[in-house]
Amino acid sequence: MSQGLIQGLTDKYIVANPPRRNFLKFAASVSATTAGGMVLSISMPALSQDKQTQSYDELEAGKNVLAPNAFIKIDTNGEVTMIMPKVEMGQGVYTSLPMLLAEELEVDVQTVKLEHAPPNDKLYGDAMLGAQVTGGSTSIRAMWDPLRQAGAVCRSLLVTAAAQKWKVDESTCQARSGVIYHEASGRKLGYGELVKVASALPVLTKVALKDPKDFKVIGTSAKRLDTPDKVNGLAKFGIDAHPDKVKFAVIATSPVFGGKLISVDDSRALKMPGVLQVVKVDNAVAVIGIHTWAAKRGLGALEIKWDEGKSTAVKTGDLIQDLRDASKKPGAVAKKEGNAASAFKKADKTLSVEYEQPFLAHATMEPMNCTVEVGASGCDIWVGTQIPTFAQGMAAKTLGIPVEKVRLHNFLIGGGFGRRLEFDGVVQAVKIAKQVKGPVKVIWTREEDIQHDMFRPYYFDRISAGLDAKGKPVSWSHRIVGSSVMARFAPPAVKNGVDPDAVEVSADPPYELPNLYVDYVRVEPRDVPTAFWRGVGPTRGTFVVESFIDELAALAKVDPVKYRLELLNKTPRLKNALQLAVSKSDWGKPLAKGKGRGVSVMHAFGSFLAMIVEITVNPQGEVKVDKVVCAVDCGLTVNPNTVLAQIEGGVIFGLSAVLYNEITIKNGRVEQTNFNDYRVMRINETPVFDIHLIKSAEAPGGIGEPGTAAIGAALANAVFSATGKRIRKLPIGNQLQA
Amino acid sequence: MATLNINGTTHQVDAPDDMPLLWVIRDIIGLTGTKFGCGIAQCGACTVHIDGQAARSCVLPISAIGDKKITTIEAVGETSAGKSIQKAWLDLEVMQCGYCQSGQIMSACSLLGQHPHPNDEQIDTAMAGNICRCGTYPRIRAAIKVAAKEGA
Repeated sequence: MSQGLIQGLTDKYIVANPPRRNFLKFAASVSATTAGGMVLSISMPALSQDKQTQSYDELEAGKNVLAPNAFIKIDTNGEVTMIMPKVEMGQGVYTSLPMLLAEELEVDVQTVKLEHAPPNDKLYGDAMLGAQVTGGSTSIRAMWDPLRQAGAVCRSLLVTAAAQKWKVDESTCQARSGVIYHEASGRKLGYGELVKVASALPVLTKVALKDPKDFKVIGTSAKRLDTPDKVNGLAKFGIDAHPDKVKFAVIATSPVFGGKLISVDDSRALKMPGVLQVVKVDNAVAVIGIHTWAAKRGLGALEIKWDEGKSTAVKTGDLIQDLRDASKKPGAVAKKEGNAASAFKKADKTLSVEYEQPFLAHATMEPMNCTVEVGASGCDIWVGTQIPTFAQGMAAKTLGIPVEKVRLHNFLIGGGFGRRLEFDGVVQAVKIAKQVKGPVKVIWTREEDIQHDMFRPYYFDRISAGLDAKGKPVSWSHRIVGSSVMARFAPPAVKNGVDPDAVEVSADPPYELPNLYVDYVRVEPRDVPTAFWRGVGPTRGTFVVESFIDELAALAKVDPVKYRLELLNKTPRLKNALQLAVSKSDWGKPLAKGKGRGVSVMHAFGSFLAMIVEITVNPQGEVKVDKVVCAVDCGLTVNPNTVLAQIEGGVIFGLSAVLYNEITIKNGRVEQTNFNDYRVMRINETPVFDIHLIKSAEAPGGIGEPGTAAIGAALANAVFSATGKRIRKLPIGNQLQA
Repeated sequence: MATLNINGTTHQVDAPDDMPLLWVIRDIIGLTGTKFGCGIAQCGACTVHIDGQAARSCVLPISAIGDKKITTIEAVGETSAGKSIQKAWLDLEVMQCGYCQSGQIMSACSLLGQHPHPNDEQIDTAMAGNICRCGTYPRIRAAIKVAAKEGA
């Protein structure tokens, strides 16, 4: 899919769907967040069409359900259901968000039933992202106030209802574990018994929230609500949707980016048992079968002619050369403080280097899939998506029907990492389903999933600095060159040519740098589609900034921890995290031959991380990561165990990329195919973790991505410590082999 | 027509001999706990038990199974190893997205069948075929040890 096409569709979509106007406000960086996945009572969120177009208060008013806002339903049995504004991809929001609600609603979080929200930006939009999007490590940050407020408003209604029934003052009533008590008279009423009275009361817009010192749920490692069904196979992911009489589709997309379908000879395939139909869509062919295997065998029997287009000779090197050429010209200025150029000339010592970071696939464990039925009454979509409203809107646009006629049923997500922020797979499945009678489940093979991902873009950075006689940086110039995902995904966020995601961290290094110049040059990789990937800008920016500061420390002949600490006074929370990580590690102790220790710090997503990594490089040049020590200040912590899990998982996700991963292109097509040649970290390669959470009363920070963002430079710096070789191009791959 | 014994129930399925067990389980029988991940036995998401031994169902043609007993994630909790592994998985909060975890649990149960008290090397050998992109490996290792201890 070409850049222009998506851009065009996006623009039209914004005009066509007024609720999405909010999206124009989008200013923060969107990102990917973790893999994921819940089910509980939501084996199948078969939400009715009505529910998707009306707000819950309209629907439930006067009924046997108390629903004072879009997030809560309490029935007359006292059962509390929470409608989830975010999707669960593994990051733990199907536990941490109910904790926010339960804290103020005064119910036991373990009793809360969960439902996936229907698509509705107005009801379930994230104020930081401006739409119903899960990404950018924003879930806790954006929902922290609204969900506590929603719980508090509902609790106040129940208290008022009880006080009215008992004819006592509200202040003498207390809510605890789903019951209102009147201690003085020993009376009590369960929430269910108060539903009818409470639903007739006027809903307050705002009530006072608890003082954090009174928190009973927030700050505890409450057990995850989504996991009991994940140990017995009952949890439903999008790929598990199984509507009655579903058919199965397997696809082949033009192997060359930008290629088109000329013709298909399906005569052999259609004679094969179980093959029902062959369908053409844009640049792909789909075989429909009675099961996935029949469809897959049918696909193998097709004779497809592709028009490979103009990109048929393109290779990775050409795309890198595009970036290299563009890096010689000035870009859009992201930051200018002092005069970096003149300070550079006067510097005692200087260093100028280049860093390169490759294309990456997301390789979520759940391959791309989408089940769709197009019929007279509209369209049903069963899919796990980070962007339910965009997917719904694009499906409506594709079919030329009103958005209300598209019923999108969201699911648990078997890994997002940014891949499911895109609607390409949904639109394709809708186009296939339009030609098929009844529901059809489109599953991408792993090969399709990797070769037709929308990739983390290749980035090329030029960076230079000058040091004074004492070794302190007096000049810092950084040029970032690469694709702008934001320009396609949220064009208004790009101002004066600066993509805020592309320059995140780089434009605001945590260090005291008196003369700072950062600019950005947008270069798109021709027909290769690009997208957000876990940690987004901060993953790329931290790798460069933290690798380079380490190089400057070496140039200044100063210990890299000491060098950082001296420059971190303007970012005290990061300095504190670094001091803690160092104190918990063996920093400074002698290293055996082949061993190395590296450090990095990271501030993004509202969180502050410091990492010390210990590695062994064997004589064959293979890297074994032994231990990761990490200090985390993510502000007020909602669920500490979730934070630990996200750091562990985020680091391992990042390690796979830094050690092994790159998508390369030859003859216009992706060379990697599956986990045999897109190697990811396995259990036997996993380091030991020692993670320390810093207690803080600051606003909660995001945690799905920081681990991924911080690990790259720490590992690269450890390689330098072990071998004396600087890693300026990722992945490490076989660079250390003799 | 093939006859398969899945979770103690006999199923007559109309499927070609070369059809991998994975797609029979998912698309024909309708048990969706066993997952598709790679199709080439590289990721372990599709792991089931054949007579108690872990096997990758994405490359296992049904003609190779005969009358052997197939156990999927939906029924592994009926075994004592399955029960203790599932409990340890929940107690240690192993899971994140959970997509690979059916396969992880099936591999771990098979491991405990062979080595009731596995050491780290045995855990590595048994579990290295199961990929988790969420990075739950440290907890998988810890949970296997807890399950082994509690099962003892």
